[in-house]
Amino acid sequence: MNKFCSSLVILVVALCLVKEQANSEEIKNKNKLIYSALVADLSEDLIAITTRFTGTEVLLFGATNGIGDIIVVVRAPNSEVTVRQKGRVGGVWINKEGIIFNNVPGFYHLASSRPIDELLPQAVLKKEQIGAENLSVVPVTAAHGIDISSYKKALIRNKKRSGLYNTQPGKITFLSNRLFKTSVDFPSSVPIGKYSAVVYLVDNGTIIDRTKTPLQVQKTGFEAKVFEFANNQPSYYGIVAVVIALFAGWLASVMFRNV
Amino acid sequence: MNIYLPIAEMSVDVFLILGLGGAVGFLSGLFGVGGGFLMTPLLIFIGIPPAVSVATEANQIVAASVSGALAHMRRRNVDFKMGLVLTAGGFVGSGVGVLIFTLLRQVGQVDLLIAASYVVMLAAIGSLMLFESSRTILRRQAGTATRGKLHQHMWLHGLPFKMRFRRSRLYISAILPLGIGFIVGILAAIMGVGGGFIMVPAMIYLLGMPTAIVVGTSLFQIIFVTSSVTFLQATTNQTVDIVLALLLLTGAVIGAQFGTKVGTRLRGEQLRGLLAILVLVVCGKIAYDLVSTPIDLFSISEITGFTR
Repeated sequence: MNKFCSSLVILVVALCLVKEQANSEEIKNKNKLIYSALVADLSEDLIAITTRFTGTEVLLFGATNGIGDIIVVVRAPNSEVTVRQKGRVGGVWINKEGIIFNNVPGFYHLASSRPIDELLPQAVLKKEQIGAENLSVVPVTAAHGIDISSYKKALIRNKKRSGLYNTQPGKITFLSNRLFKTSVDFPSSVPIGKYSAVVYLVDNGTIIDRTKTPLQVQKTGFEAKVFEFANNQPSYYGIVAVVIALFAGWLASVMFRNV
Repeated sequence: MNIYLPIAEMSVDVFLILGLGGAVGFLSGLFGVGGGFLMTPLLIFIGIPPAVSVATEANQIVAASVSGALAHMRRRNVDFKMGLVLTAGGFVGSGVGVLIFTLLRQVGQVDLLIAASYVVMLAAIGSLMLFESSRTILRRQAGTATRGKLHQHMWLHGLPFKMRFRRSRLYISAILPLGIGFIVGILAAIMGVGGGFIMVPAMIYLLGMPTAIVVGTSLFQIIFVTSSVTFLQATTNQTVDIVLALLLLTGAVIGAQFGTKVGTRLRGEQLRGLLAILVLVVCGKIAYDLVSTPIDLFSISEITGFTR
């Protein structure tokens, strides 16, 4: 009930925003006015990873002026990822050749109001990196005689299995012909960093408008302190870990001495 | 109730971890072993990254061995001199072990290293123990219990740098305990174990120490070696999860108390037989995972280790 109320408030705000933006656009460019009435925002701009964090759902909502379809892409910062293939050596499965890929987003979420290949030509999807299989992840290491595409597919498959990528686009629901919303699921293993949520307004096979909303994922409180301590002062962290364990062992021995 | 582990970077059920700690603690109290060789594979089975499992378990064993060693010290069952010589070897060994661990982690073979070490060590120890305990049980039934010498003097004991260990009633070459400490130190770093299950038989059969002080002395040196491993893993790999370690040791401390009580009611060779079967089951599971076809032939890993 509460959630419903808050979504309602959000939508009203969104509607107001549409009008406001439409007004300002009017001054800028009269021709563009008919199309560029896209606004969108997230229900949260910060995902805080705390001790009780088990993953979360963020609502993305917005409004158009009634024309076109919507595509939403949420992605985490890029990193380098090694993809390794296992091979059987003497009956045992071991890691063999590894290929390092660059520009791999730690998280990738796609949602669209219709299947993306119905909305945009393949060239545009590739250029804008819409859809996990259209990500321009590039191998860093020179690969001789290795089938790169199978490694790339495996990369996406593995990310999907850990809930970090979705290859089936999420649903975008239109509440009227102008208001839309979609929810983005973040698993507990979500990487930290500065995310971006890009909303595309698409019509007739072209992107008419887009908006970009930042989203910060960070560890906070106790979790952040432990993580930073372990990474910034690893030697002191190691000493503290040992001292805590020594103390706990001594405490246990005192507590249970007469049991 | 879930808790997010800051270093493992995942959410786990608190009661699952406490329960695991309790169960392994119970078994370690029952059998008088550290339990690292059970806990580390279990942590990996529930999805904790192997590198984090190994390093964190070393941290937990520090606590377990302190309370164990204190109990043995009160009964004067520790040969401190021998313990320190073993520790000296152990320090060097743990350094080498963490180095090997780090190198193999970089080339993506650390999981294999951990699994293979477990299979080899557990298979060897498990079958030896099973053989030894069943022989004792059979002998007891036949009623021909024989008593051997206190210890046999081997050529190994005649190496240079002889040292006198009064508490152990030994006059042997220091190279031997140094070497044993070194090897167990490497295994402690790679496998996330205290190494008691290798140290104890080595002390009895190779060094010829009196059985009464073997466990106390082993625990005493395990404190130092696992402390060293914890420190080195934290420094080089940032894989020690304090939150996970605290949860595990809370469960383990409580479990161990119950285990010890039950243990006093069972016979030694029966206990060893049961433990041997347990060791072989764990070994079988890890070996099966190595040879069975994986769900996905490809695996991925972040280059930086931890994303910032």
